[in-house]
Amino acid sequence: MTTGDRQRTRMGLAFVSPWIVGLAAFTIYPIAASLYYSFCDYDVLSKPVWVGLLNYRDMASDQVFWKSVANTLLFNVMALPLGLVSALALALLLNQPVRARGTFRAIYYLPSLVPAVASAMIWLWILNGRLGLLNAALATVGVHHPPQWLADPAWTKPSLAIMSVWGCGNTVVIYLAALQGVPRSLLEAAMIDGASAWDRLVHVTLPAISPVIYFNLIIGIIGGLQVFVSAFIMWGGGGPDRSVLFYAVYLYQNAFEYRQMGYACAMAWMLCLLILALTWLASVSSRRLVFYQGD
Amino acid sequence: MAATPPRWPPFVALLAAALAGCARGGGANPGSARVVVSYWEKWSGFEAEAMQAIVDDFNRSQGRIEVRFLSVSEVDTKLLLAASSGHPPDVAGLWSENIPDFAEKGALTPLDRGLAAAGIGPERYIPVYWELCRHRGFTWGLPTTPSCVALFYNKKLFRAAGLDPERPPRTRAELDDMSRRLTIVEVERAGRRERVSFADLTPEERQGRHFALVQVGHLPQDAGMYVSAWGFWFGARYYDGARRILADDAGSLAAYGWLRQTALDYGVDNLRDFGGSFGIQQSGRTPFLGGFEAMVVQGPWWPNFIAKYAPGLEWGVAPCPAADGVAGGAPVTVAQADVVVIPRGAEHPREALEFIAYLQRQDVAEKLARSQQKFTALSRVSDGFLATHPNPAVRFFISLARSPGAQALPRLSIWHEYNEEMGVAAERVLNLSYTPARALAEVEGRVQWRLDRVSRRWDAVGSERVAEWRSDDNW
Repeated sequence: MTTGDRQRTRMGLAFVSPWIVGLAAFTIYPIAASLYYSFCDYDVLSKPVWVGLLNYRDMASDQVFWKSVANTLLFNVMALPLGLVSALALALLLNQPVRARGTFRAIYYLPSLVPAVASAMIWLWILNGRLGLLNAALATVGVHHPPQWLADPAWTKPSLAIMSVWGCGNTVVIYLAALQGVPRSLLEAAMIDGASAWDRLVHVTLPAISPVIYFNLIIGIIGGLQVFVSAFIMWGGGGPDRSVLFYAVYLYQNAFEYRQMGYACAMAWMLCLLILALTWLASVSSRRLVFYQGD
Repeated sequence: MAATPPRWPPFVALLAAALAGCARGGGANPGSARVVVSYWEKWSGFEAEAMQAIVDDFNRSQGRIEVRFLSVSEVDTKLLLAASSGHPPDVAGLWSENIPDFAEKGALTPLDRGLAAAGIGPERYIPVYWELCRHRGFTWGLPTTPSCVALFYNKKLFRAAGLDPERPPRTRAELDDMSRRLTIVEVERAGRRERVSFADLTPEERQGRHFALVQVGHLPQDAGMYVSAWGFWFGARYYDGARRILADDAGSLAAYGWLRQTALDYGVDNLRDFGGSFGIQQSGRTPFLGGFEAMVVQGPWWPNFIAKYAPGLEWGVAPCPAADGVAGGAPVTVAQADVVVIPRGAEHPREALEFIAYLQRQDVAEKLARSQQKFTALSRVSDGFLATHPNPAVRFFISLARSPGAQALPRLSIWHEYNEEMGVAAERVLNLSYTPARALAEVEGRVQWRLDRVSRRWDAVGSERVAEWRSDDNW
């Protein structure tokens, strides 16, 4: 390396140093500190005391921890396919050459611009057991004993899954972009060969956009496992019979309400491992279903 | 020399500094050469304005100290972060149930020596409120405004049900009986929907629970944060004061059995349908304020809510009846208090204590209490205070707080979790998904597990901490 190269390197490092300092102070250090605290009895106020694997062992015997894991996985099983399918269906509709298509796209995208807290407040009213719009609509089609969406433990997770569809605008936009990239020549060839609209969708469009479906699945898994805001705003904690005590909510409670920061850090690392495991599983299981151009 | 609080990693310190920065006034105010005492308080709205007026009075009353008042939401969490960074405010307004947790974690300054020097002792207070400020043999704060709870009732609904509006229930049997008479249900009879009292339903109609609740007499689950405290009215102990959680003692089992009976009487789905249309207390959309519930357990703040959200409501208040033999027949209530503390590491503890002592003067405490429409924790009350107080129930609440049946919540550093677990157990019992015995046994197991962890830590640091508190020489 010449003197000039070294000087350029120093200059480059000097220019990126604010970012490096920020990354070190606000990302790398907290991550490393949380790993250390996960092996400590740490309540934020007193000195951390090293306890080895105790937090992880406690987690294994903590029934509420397992309830939060089960709640989170169950919610994802409901919300993830629902979100992916509805967003794809909307994208297919919004991709049709109809009048005022731009307006429709804007309308369907708008809810995703509503802040999560405002959205949760709106849904509190929509899902209200006696006065809510949803139950009023159900009453008009003859459902006289509609669910108590917010009060019945059996219906709290489905109600959140329904809510999650409302904000699928971002996913729709990604699908729409992918649909623009489906080779027209393939669709025309299929049409000439006599393929129906359904056949073209299943055998041409979906394989062509499969990388995007896979991307949305991975993002959905990562986001779904960290679900927090809507449940926290609407129920303030775990909801009736802890039915919406999601992993991130329980983690927050341990960190800031029960002041068990060491335990919360251990939970955060377990969540990280869980996300990695599920992402890997999704990656392996979808390998034969995702097609990239050039494959 | 004051013990230095532990220094914590930069990332915690940064978080806390961001929160602490706005309240940290620095040492002496360079303009006026006064010592600036920063004071964080949880109140907002008219309650904050009332305290601001007191602070202004204090600042005018002398020339040495300037208190700067700041209304802070979630003050307990923010104080925790500020204290962990070593930059807390000089005075903080917490809830009495925070004291054990914050004290054990070394976040508070013991006040005993300072209070002795200022001539402030237990004789000045209603006993239960002094007790709330003590933990492990030390005094950690002093009350500003106290509270306790009682049974508010709607006189108009009493009258409509043929009950004497000046004769609220005195025993639990009367409470349940009146509650059934005051409960109005809609039931189908001979093809027509009729509204009748629950007490007038046929045994078959009760058994089938094919009715809709239109109005209720009293629902134990509407006691909000006091649902987990119903055991006090049944003689429950909750905690042995040392190492054992007593979540499923006979008193708690009786209380949760009562919750279960409510669900059996009215039906889980009917109760959900009835409760589904109401919101949280702060929005004013509660069954009681709407005129759909005849009796509810609330505190001295409740007349403020009635005046704001249901000004026409004709109400009365009485002690909530306890089970036979509890507290020797004395009125039972659960007491809590807003307290002011001096966080560990406060820059000006002496000046902070001077301000806190000022708040304990009878005229000052009464001015604050009157402005917030509450009462004071002091054992003496002036005639003028009672005569001019805007809350017609203030005399009643003072006498209730002085009852031998006034109970302090257990002084446990994990009370927050305990309370939450009891709440979950109550939900399960009300859903009929758990029996009281099973629900409370789970609470006991889980909270005992937590207490064991806390005790293990206390065993490791307790003697060092107590020695530190004993040697405290801030004063």
